[in-house]
Amino acid sequence: IVGLGWFGMQTVTLIPGDGIGPEISSAVMKIFEAAKAPIRWEERNVTAIKGPGGRWMIPPDAKESMDRNKIGLKGPLKTPIAAGHPSMNLLLRKTFDLYANVRPCISIEGYKTPYTNVDLVTIRENTEGEYSGIEHVIVEGVVQSIKLITEDASRRIAEYAFEYARNNQRSSVTAVHKANIMRMSDGLFLRKCREVAEGYKDIKFTEMYLDTVCLNMVQDPTQFDVLVMPNLYGDILSDLCAGLIGGLGVTPSGNIGANGVAIFESVHGTAPDIAGLDMANPTALLLSAVMMLRHMGLHDYGNKIQTACFDTIRDKKVLTKDLGGNSKCSEFTADICRRIQDLD
Amino acid sequence: FHPGNGRFDLHLFFIIRFCCVPVDFEVVNVDSSMDSEEDINNAIMAIRRNGVALKGNIETNHNLPPSYKSRNNLLRTTLDLYANVMHCQSLPGVRTRHRNIDVMIIRENTEGEYSSLEHESVPGVVECLKIITKTKSLRIADYAFRTARAKGRGRVTAVHKANIMKLGDGLFLECCKEVASGYPDITFDSMIVDNTTMQLVSRPQQFDVMVMPNLYGNVVSNVCAGLVGGPGLVPGANYGEDYAVFETGTRNTGKSIANQNTANPTAMLLASCLLLDHLRLHAYARMIRRAILSTVTETRLHTADLGGQGSTSEVVRSVMKAVQSTGPLTLSI
Repeated sequence: IVGLGWFGMQTVTLIPGDGIGPEISSAVMKIFEAAKAPIRWEERNVTAIKGPGGRWMIPPDAKESMDRNKIGLKGPLKTPIAAGHPSMNLLLRKTFDLYANVRPCISIEGYKTPYTNVDLVTIRENTEGEYSGIEHVIVEGVVQSIKLITEDASRRIAEYAFEYARNNQRSSVTAVHKANIMRMSDGLFLRKCREVAEGYKDIKFTEMYLDTVCLNMVQDPTQFDVLVMPNLYGDILSDLCAGLIGGLGVTPSGNIGANGVAIFESVHGTAPDIAGLDMANPTALLLSAVMMLRHMGLHDYGNKIQTACFDTIRDKKVLTKDLGGNSKCSEFTADICRRIQDLD
Repeated sequence: FHPGNGRFDLHLFFIIRFCCVPVDFEVVNVDSSMDSEEDINNAIMAIRRNGVALKGNIETNHNLPPSYKSRNNLLRTTLDLYANVMHCQSLPGVRTRHRNIDVMIIRENTEGEYSSLEHESVPGVVECLKIITKTKSLRIADYAFRTARAKGRGRVTAVHKANIMKLGDGLFLECCKEVASGYPDITFDSMIVDNTTMQLVSRPQQFDVMVMPNLYGNVVSNVCAGLVGGPGLVPGANYGEDYAVFETGTRNTGKSIANQNTANPTAMLLASCLLLDHLRLHAYARMIRRAILSTVTETRLHTADLGGQGSTSEVVRSVMKAVQSTGPLTLSI
């Protein structure tokens, strides 16, 4: 339950990001205004700075804003090559303990892909697993990468998955694993999922091997509902599923952290080649913002905005280039705003 | 020949015998419910003796403690079957969302995430080791480029996650690059595994030969098998320096449909053709393969996995008839 501030408005930290980030963020703000959503935006920059003691951190005013508002919306951040600091996404993840990456993948009617009626959610453990970054060269030519699975992280992600399923009226949760090969690690993950499932008898719980999921996913994705899994499998599967519905340009994403923090983001790149040219497609960021509204309990606003967005896409009259059209970002945005106002 | 747990096709014997192929089978059963490793060790000994094998998948009960190792994995690593090869091609007569797929997946089969090295450092904290070595990475990369050249294929793509696993996958990628420099006639590129799966479901036709470490191979081969029509159609091969073992590409036991005469025998039959090719019995392999492919185009014979109602035995009988009609010496049906 998120508390409402003065005049019923909720303040959300907005991180426009780099490249096309600022223009798609302003598109989202325009659309929210048209929908009269009770959101007040507080813009912040998260470019890493060196703190006292020489450690890289996000700017204190950005951290303070997120800690206060709890909810954030983020555009794409560029990955600096020689800046010397770790990836910004990694820094954000560590700063706010963003342990769950959630990606709902729903077929967009009007944006045709070979797959129809996809409606699933991937929930990926985002702090450990194969991405612990613990690697060493044992002897020359022999490298060991460590995959870390802990009881606590596994239990936490399983609990989130079942809570999400319950809160979003989803009927089943499937744990994805390879415990036949990684008996101890994936076995631990699986055990925790089973334990948590005991407390959610209203939700059906199943287990499936990663390879079986892949095999079945590309033949019939409609059989899947909520999928929960460790880091690497989640990385692969969430991108595979994004591919089913049309790619990263139309896929929303949310990161859930400890202490009620949640940051919703578009997961595509900064597209520097089209930045500032009014050509960008704001759909991914917009759908992430819709996810955010639902997370905050503002389902009506979320549904209204999503409907308008899907209707614009289905109509095919003002599509951005990546969606197969010729229109500007501003025209696409204006069309959605118009539809929202008509819906009222 | 090891039947494995699931849908085993005795029909395979019939076809091989029917076509008077000069091959004899030594059948070795591996009971996955047995605790001791005696069964699998017998199987391994038999393969060492004969040099080649046809194998069904052996179920691994993943609720057993880590001391019980996957029999399939044990077989692969003990015999050092370092290259798992799966050729996924769109088949005429099989309806799929994507057409004109022709991908050859070459997967490192003995190390990586399948090293079975895990420990519980303190209660509730488990470490699982993924091992990447220069030797095995060079070996699989070399296998991939040699195969690409031998089959006249122009491009090899290395699939990896070196942006995250900088040392492990970084080493793998380096080895691929090193081998690539010795094959200037073949184009080499690389792609991150998550992007690869996204590309596969939108435009699989862009891929030619793909080489990768063990786990990504598991993911990519299952995605590709699904794209061309499912586990009932694609055969798989495991090659080592001295031995070769053939099986269905996606290594499922098919337990739920065992003994119901509904399983698709195509994958296993095509696997036996790969075996015949390996034994240089090319004429037989060609003959049986042609018969299988002509049968698969017959929609009315499609088994349940292809959306039909045909039975396993009908498919087999059709293959035998197709072979017979081309005129070679056969037994009667």
